[in-house]
Amino acid sequence: MSLDRLARERLVRALAGSVIEHADELTRLDQAIGDGDHGLNMKRGFEAVLATLPGLVDKSLPEMLKAIGMTLVMKVGGASGPLVGTFFMELGKALPEQPSRADLVAATEKAIDAVKARGRSEAGQKTLLDVLVPVHAVLAGGGDARTIASEAAEAADRTTPMLAIRGRASFLGERSIGHMDPGARSASLLIGAAVETLEFEVNK
Amino acid sequence: MSSSRPGNVGIVIVSHSPKIAEGAADMVRQMVGDAVPLAWTGGDVDGGLGTNVAGILEAIETAWSPAGVAILVDLGGAETNSEMAVEMLAEDRRSRVLVCNAPVVEGAVIAATESSGGSPLAAVKRSAEEFYA
Repeated sequence: MSLDRLARERLVRALAGSVIEHADELTRLDQAIGDGDHGLNMKRGFEAVLATLPGLVDKSLPEMLKAIGMTLVMKVGGASGPLVGTFFMELGKALPEQPSRADLVAATEKAIDAVKARGRSEAGQKTLLDVLVPVHAVLAGGGDARTIASEAAEAADRTTPMLAIRGRASFLGERSIGHMDPGARSASLLIGAAVETLEFEVNK
Repeated sequence: MSSSRPGNVGIVIVSHSPKIAEGAADMVRQMVGDAVPLAWTGGDVDGGLGTNVAGILEAIETAWSPAGVAILVDLGGAETNSEMAVEMLAEDRRSRVLVCNAPVVEGAVIAATESSGGSPLAAVKRSAEEFYA
């Protein structure tokens, strides 16, 4: 796929918009099982990303993703900054300028491995990995944009009955059960925004 | 806050709350005076509760010692952000900064006490972590 400058800008705005528009929802989810700052933190991070436009989209796709990651690392705060920021940075490092679908599959896997290492976590512990890992499986299996988006949303829903083992929610033990993980929700929002913007490209 | 005695391991205190970080640093100072390079950071970039990588990088710089730096953290985000900050350091410094798995206040005081006696970084980290053992 090849994203021209306009497409890159559309992507950045869609990613940022998805998080900013849902900031209150993310905060509510985080108030239930965390420290209630996830919406605010992610909103701050993506507002900082938007503030780097238009220069941001002058960069190539890999360089743009790395820059987004670095901004998120520096501005989000909380554990989400390094986790989501690492995902974008590693994706940027692993992707060529005009990635094929196979490149996207391989790069996403590397980025997910980096998130696992950063959080010393695996899927099944009620985190963003519970969205990233199943979505990657659908991507790798050839799923189209719609299937990827619906898997992202469903995967976030599936964190609701999970017991938190990593992160602040793990302090609550069994009381973490019954609430959707806010990090999983924000990951699903970002993925939904990305595939909606890239739909035609992803389906090629 | 820093000290001119470069032989001792530096101590960095990272808390979600700037008040806790500063208070823990006060306790360290009371124990060890100026014998140990010391810095603290707390709060997110907007001044709310949280931690931020830029603040941690700055604190590492302030407390830098050729003997290395031990970082004491409170909750998850402080640890994740500290590890991120360490990875962003120049390569020759990266291996000389360790995040301790210890309670932030007690760990900082114990680590600083160990450092003030001239112990190497590994011993400083071990002392702080033994508080859990």
